[in-house]
Amino acid sequence: MENWSLVSLSVLLVLAAKWAVSFNSYSGAGKPPMFGDYEAQRHWQEVTYNLPVHEWYLNTTENDLNYWGLDYPPLTAYHSLLCAHVAKLINPEWVELHTSRGYESPAHKLFMRATVLVADILIYIPAVVVYCLYLVEGSTKKKVTTIFCILLYPGLTLIDYGHFQYNGVSLGLALWGVVGLGLGWDMLGSLAFTLALNYKQMELYHSLPFFCYLLGKCVKQGLSGRGLLLLVKVAVTVLVTFALCWLPFLSDSHQVLQVVHRLFPVARGLFEDKVANAWCSLNILIKIKTLMSTETQLSLSFVLTLLAVLPSSIKLFMKPTLWQFKLALVNSSLAFFLFSYQVHEKSILLPALPVCLLLSDLPLMAIWFLQVSTFSMLPLLLKDGLLLPYVVTSLAFLYFSLFLLSGLQRATDEQLRLQPYHALFSSILPCLPRFNLGRITKWKFVVSVVLMACLSLGIVVLEPPAQLPDLFPVLVSLISCSHFLGFLLYFNLLQLSEAPARRSSKKSN
Amino acid sequence: MAAPMSELSGWFPALAIGVTFLKCLLINTYHSTDFEVHRNWLAITHSLPVSQWYFEDTSEWTLDYPPFFAWFEYCLSHVAKYFDKEMLVVQNLSYASPATILFQRLSVMFVDLVFFYAARECCKTVGDNKAKEIIGKPSFALAALLVWNFGLLIVDHIHFQYNGFLFGILLLSIARHCQSRHLEGALLFAILLNLKHIFLYIAPAYGIFLLRSFCFTSNNSDGSIKWRSLSVVRLAALGTIVLSVFALSFGPFIAMGQLPQVVSRLFPFKRGLCHAYWAPNLWALYNVADKALSILGVKLKVLDVDTLPKASMTGGLVQEFQHSVLPSVTPLATLICTVVSITPALLHLWFRPSGARGFVRCIVICAMGSFMFGWHVHEKAILMAILPLSLLAVESKEDARTFLLLTTTGHYSLLPLLFTAAELPIKVLLMVLYTLFTFTSLKTLLSKEGSLLSTVEGLYLAGLVPLEVLCEWVYPLTTWQGSMPFIPLLVTSTYCALGVTYSFIRLYLSLLRGQGVKHKDKSQ
Repeated sequence: MENWSLVSLSVLLVLAAKWAVSFNSYSGAGKPPMFGDYEAQRHWQEVTYNLPVHEWYLNTTENDLNYWGLDYPPLTAYHSLLCAHVAKLINPEWVELHTSRGYESPAHKLFMRATVLVADILIYIPAVVVYCLYLVEGSTKKKVTTIFCILLYPGLTLIDYGHFQYNGVSLGLALWGVVGLGLGWDMLGSLAFTLALNYKQMELYHSLPFFCYLLGKCVKQGLSGRGLLLLVKVAVTVLVTFALCWLPFLSDSHQVLQVVHRLFPVARGLFEDKVANAWCSLNILIKIKTLMSTETQLSLSFVLTLLAVLPSSIKLFMKPTLWQFKLALVNSSLAFFLFSYQVHEKSILLPALPVCLLLSDLPLMAIWFLQVSTFSMLPLLLKDGLLLPYVVTSLAFLYFSLFLLSGLQRATDEQLRLQPYHALFSSILPCLPRFNLGRITKWKFVVSVVLMACLSLGIVVLEPPAQLPDLFPVLVSLISCSHFLGFLLYFNLLQLSEAPARRSSKKSN
Repeated sequence: MAAPMSELSGWFPALAIGVTFLKCLLINTYHSTDFEVHRNWLAITHSLPVSQWYFEDTSEWTLDYPPFFAWFEYCLSHVAKYFDKEMLVVQNLSYASPATILFQRLSVMFVDLVFFYAARECCKTVGDNKAKEIIGKPSFALAALLVWNFGLLIVDHIHFQYNGFLFGILLLSIARHCQSRHLEGALLFAILLNLKHIFLYIAPAYGIFLLRSFCFTSNNSDGSIKWRSLSVVRLAALGTIVLSVFALSFGPFIAMGQLPQVVSRLFPFKRGLCHAYWAPNLWALYNVADKALSILGVKLKVLDVDTLPKASMTGGLVQEFQHSVLPSVTPLATLICTVVSITPALLHLWFRPSGARGFVRCIVICAMGSFMFGWHVHEKAILMAILPLSLLAVESKEDARTFLLLTTTGHYSLLPLLFTAAELPIKVLLMVLYTLFTFTSLKTLLSKEGSLLSTVEGLYLAGLVPLEVLCEWVYPLTTWQGSMPFIPLLVTSTYCALGVTYSFIRLYLSLLRGQGVKHKDKSQ
């Protein structure tokens, strides 16, 4: 069979699955007065369509920022405006100022779901296809199975097509950035990533690796010659893109500050709800939020995040290869997720994207991480009534990724890149016998999957004890967080221990 | 697919599990009135004594399947009570709580296990080549064609019916005949007839085949029948099996003296020639020709408008259609047409038996003949031809060509079953997915270079794309949608009827040209 038909079959299959997920409920369905993210997106359409640009981010009589005020960068606002124009054509009631608040109908749900599908088809899916066809090494079959598995990742599907958001847009743009850099089109890559950053500020989690990779590349080419030219070109691209995105707000410095203030709501605290990051887990032992002032929290989280990101960033700067870049993306976004300020549980999708890119290199570890990441959002998904699609898509991803990528077969020490641990162990405790770390990892994976399955079952079936009503969500975030800390160590060690001339870097060059 | 998966054991579960995941995701989609039909039957069989089953008429959806299906519902109902007892109350019309939906959907998926097993058995009967890639293997292609069949997916798991289970029994019976386990095959088919009597249409093929190729044990040297080789033991065994199955099924009702009532439920001839939405068969073409002639007649002033019967084509869907120029069609006429259309195939099966493949071909022709000429045919009945034809398609280029035409048009004609906007993307996606797979996999299998279809056939199939766009995307936006909402359905069924008729003719020609005999020689 030709390649194009295999690729189309995978894409069609995944699209069918994604659309099938969208038949289910969304966040805040039928829950006045605040509803959920679905209403937030609809409200942004209403605001952007009816109000002049300079009022979008301002609290005015027409624009109540306490009711789902716009808190994403301008590109999201433009996207909402575009959707609003289409909505107006179909049914003006959907975007009527004020009166459309909390509007819900099957037709409107269909429209909103369709906008997600269209955005996905235009941005995320082509990015995945291009990435796999051009940047994954190996046979066609391997490329196609990687496309299939990346697209099957349940976390993104459940949040975009179930809960309701447009993560496919920002992640897709970031992926186009990776593709651009990977193929050597640095300008296009930085353009795409700047757009991603202007769509969702959470893309900052990915920004350090992009910065370090490009800077490292410039330095490697010589800062006095070609490198400088590249640096200037990239800088100009980024600045011009930023300027264009922010153009309507640039006339007034107050406007810019207001938007920035909306994007980084420091007042909302270190974390909200139950997030599987370090702060929320630590909160079980020490009530940090009450112990420290907001400023201390802010600086503490800033310092910790920086410390966690620094090693991988420096390594990437010294050695700007695609392999290093992918690992640095994981490390940086995971560190941000674990330690930075005001993190949402959905932000785990940001580390999940670069981990998806590792599916073909490190199948078992990537599958494991992606399963945990989906699991970490379970309380949110349950709140949205997405139990059925959660179970089905998680099982489907687990089964097919393990089957197609031979996750459990390709699990020797060599394939899991566990050699550094041997070196580490033997230097600390030379008397220790040589473990079969591959087999141990495999067993840890199985135990972890079983644990997640049991907890998923428990959270649905069991009643929590009266004095601990949050027992299960806390357990979920605690278990997920411990996994993520382990993954942070693993991926950091993997990145930092990479010898100067690795197999993968040789191949990619 | 990095590990070598040459065995059926590796990828077959993957196909089956994959499609089951998809089915699970479809639980919350739209379901048709057939959902309520089956809920009502659960309630009837659960809460009423057997003597009442075929008399109960609280709901308009009375029990009109044979007794075994009623018993099947009876068994299901004993699981259903653990989900939601309310669904088992006859008076709870149109009851559809989440638990009811979950149970009914899961029951369809669960009994599809029969279909998976049957598909696997069918795959074992096709000869495998030495292709390294699983995609190049006929058994893989056949498994995917059957297990991922688009028609079954949307009819069973969105629209709601139990076809997968029933076709599973049919395919298993066919597989048993291919494996020369004829008595098992006959038993399965007898059970199938008592589950859903629509399979009576293909019973002639079974009867002739079993009599000729099973009861007569040998042929003369020229291939003609050797009358003296009739095995009385075999005939008796066959008769015992079939009769005892029917006795088990209808016996209790005969004992209660309810046979006429049961039969009147099973064969309601009060319905019209064509179903609400015309199945793409000969009568659709006949209706259109009639309409065209009457319009032409009025235009040319040959006919007088006032003398014409008021054709009910103006309002909504067409239930009763009165012919104005051409003679009206009676049930008897359709029966005669059907019998005439399948007789040559049956004679061929008798005089020139050509093994299991010839038998499968005859089944397909019987199914097609009844679809083309039958009374009140549902568009879903095309699956009875498509599924067995899959068996032939993976092994011969000519059959593959017919299969592509028939499957694509037949499946396309199923699209109007799902008319809700939310299901539009999924049905189009799945249809494209399945069609793309049939084209590319059959081409890989059978025709490395060159196309399987001729240019005209290709153009005809390509025409389905603009047809879909016009009917479902453009037409609803026009003002005609209000005044003449039936036009897209009419055009769809007419266009598809052309393809189905053409496939039927091709299939017949391939039979008469003796394709089957040639294959038998090759395989033995």
